[in-house]
Amino acid sequence: MKQLVILSGKGGTGKTSITASFAHLAHTDSVRAVLADADVDAANLELVLSPHILEEQEFIGGKVAWIDPQKCEGCGLCEQVCRFDAIAVQEDKYQVDPIACDGCAACVHQCPTSAIRMEPQLAGHWFRSESHYGPLFHAALRPAQENSGKLVTMVKQQARLLAMDEKYPLIIVDGPPGIGCPVISAVSGADMALIVTEPTVAGVHDMERALQMTRHFNIPSAVCINKSDIFGKGAAQISSYCLDEKIAVLGQIPFDQSVTEAMVNGEPVTAYRPESPASKEIKNVWQKLIKLLQPDLGVDADKVRTG
Amino acid sequence: MKIIVTASSPSLDAEFDPRFGRGAYFLAIDTETMQWEAFPNPGVNAPGGAGTQAAQFVAKQKVAAVISGDFGPNASAALNAAGISMYLNKANGNIQDIVKRFNAGELQQVSAPTASGSHHS
Amino acid sequence: MQITVASGKGGTGKTTIATSLALGLALNAAVLPPLFLDCDVEAPNAHLFLRPVFENRKDVSILIPSIDESKCTRCGRCAEVCEYHTIAVLGKKVMVFPQLCHGCGSCTLVCPTKAIQEVPDVMGVLESGSTPSGINFAHGILNVGEPMAVPVIQQLKKWSTPQPGQVVIVDAPPGTSCPVVESVRNADFLLLVTEPTPFGLHDLKLAAQVAKELKIPTGIIINRDGIGDAGVEDFCAVEGLPILMRIPYDRAIAEGTAQGQTLIEIYPEYTMLFQQLLAEMSRIVDQQ
Repeated sequence: MKQLVILSGKGGTGKTSITASFAHLAHTDSVRAVLADADVDAANLELVLSPHILEEQEFIGGKVAWIDPQKCEGCGLCEQVCRFDAIAVQEDKYQVDPIACDGCAACVHQCPTSAIRMEPQLAGHWFRSESHYGPLFHAALRPAQENSGKLVTMVKQQARLLAMDEKYPLIIVDGPPGIGCPVISAVSGADMALIVTEPTVAGVHDMERALQMTRHFNIPSAVCINKSDIFGKGAAQISSYCLDEKIAVLGQIPFDQSVTEAMVNGEPVTAYRPESPASKEIKNVWQKLIKLLQPDLGVDADKVRTG
Repeated sequence: MKIIVTASSPSLDAEFDPRFGRGAYFLAIDTETMQWEAFPNPGVNAPGGAGTQAAQFVAKQKVAAVISGDFGPNASAALNAAGISMYLNKANGNIQDIVKRFNAGELQQVSAPTASGSHHS
Repeated sequence: MQITVASGKGGTGKTTIATSLALGLALNAAVLPPLFLDCDVEAPNAHLFLRPVFENRKDVSILIPSIDESKCTRCGRCAEVCEYHTIAVLGKKVMVFPQLCHGCGSCTLVCPTKAIQEVPDVMGVLESGSTPSGINFAHGILNVGEPMAVPVIQQLKKWSTPQPGQVVIVDAPPGTSCPVVESVRNADFLLLVTEPTPFGLHDLKLAAQVAKELKIPTGIIINRDGIGDAGVEDFCAVEGLPILMRIPYDRAIAEGTAQGQTLIEIYPEYTMLFQQLLAEMSRIVDQQ
């Protein structure tokens, strides 16, 4: 079983659109894949895969402190020890701001009257769905919540367990932007990371950070350039950097209105308009990925349909 | 001796779960009598610290060795500190098969991390 | 006044708009140039557009436990209270896993023999300087491999404070979780940048909920207007979210921003438009 994660560093480079296309192409090539949307803050993969939700579970993210006003004697020790500016006095009693609270429970252990306890927070939900192209695990983190990394881990763990149980050869993970906790959780256990970048100064800068991150965690990585024709110099810069770093550039997808049209239509672009320039290049990238992820995929890479 | 094997479900013919920190279940087995007990992994969904949580849990069970498919750096350091031997199994099979291989001395012992893990320096 | 530019969805143009707004204000000789804080510490980009000369630097660290083995009795109380599994007592050894630590100090407080000292562990860096147009610029950079962005953002905001009467523009990261909340915190006005597509709409709804929860007056900027559908417009109308600016999809803008140009450098008429935008935001804030 292989796990492929699609990342970017910078947001908006096209991870989700490309992941959706890979899901479609895997399905057409009879490569059974479990799909996971690890961008739990802003989960968009479901908008182009038409999933039916089969199972919904609550996600308890962490705990926040709650001060019992009956027991609070206003000594203020909790406020003194809180490192997260989460406790403030309100009319002689102390109160916790649940958004600022980090859940460390230092105040609980210091309170002389045992007036503080930790309350579990409903941070969001995760879902097991059936999509057009295979099982999809996704989640929705409630806005302004913490522990997105933990929810990402949950989504991936569920995908992994299903893949193991039912012998799926491939898990495709749509990753979040950035390089912090949720992204680290998304790449954990990945066999390969595909970094989708765009040839803009910001895209190049963030691609380099993303590659540093995958290198830090020893995840083999490749790059593909999306909207490649908007700034030729940028594309050349990316190719040159990747050459120096010995990282494969698997394809250069031109800017193509079809991608947005497909999104509006709720479909991956390779399904919506297979002959469009973007679709053709995405297929090219997919074929190269298949070859790199062999031999566990159970598909004859040379027979994977071309064009 | 008493060992722990990571498993995907709580039984002796469960499929082996290759990852230590994220293994679904820990099966504690007496390698001579084959008596066993299953525990769900308490840290399976922790975003960070899954390896250390797993190692601490295993240490509490007072076993001599752990068999899994990969040990991340935190787990490896923690298990070494606790004096618990780590054995690697890379082949498929159910838990019973793996214990047989262990008893036959076919599994490789490791003392350094085999996986890159996450949340480590 | 603090204006935070956020979005929900990545890639909608937060940085383009935040930096263009900052430059527009800086070109108004009648006021102080603004303070610009790039809080997207995982992938900061604003410096590529505003090109500050960095003069000041400060390490960001959190305090992690260091255990004095001679005083430690292996009671395990520190490991018991740690909510992040940073400390493990295994056999005769006490192990600390620094990257799991959130710097809360609880272990240090509970140790019965005062065997724990806190020592700084560097996880990022802050940099500040000025741009050619006089903008005071600061950003934070999270070290690769470090999981937590929030402490870097918190320390950035404490380190770089405005002069009296100086407008603060904060460029937030994408998403809607804790790094965004930390960036948005204390804003007087929240500018949400979106694109008129299903992804843009989906994530705008989430960002709008954050705004509601934090009770911050909000306005919308639609970027790449014309590329998708009317979903975002309809949503804003229903929710009473004012659309303060529409930037049409324009190849020249795409190519210009690709090269690190702000909207003002591509189309100078945006100077006036952004100054007017500030006036409109101030007016909305005054009405609160």
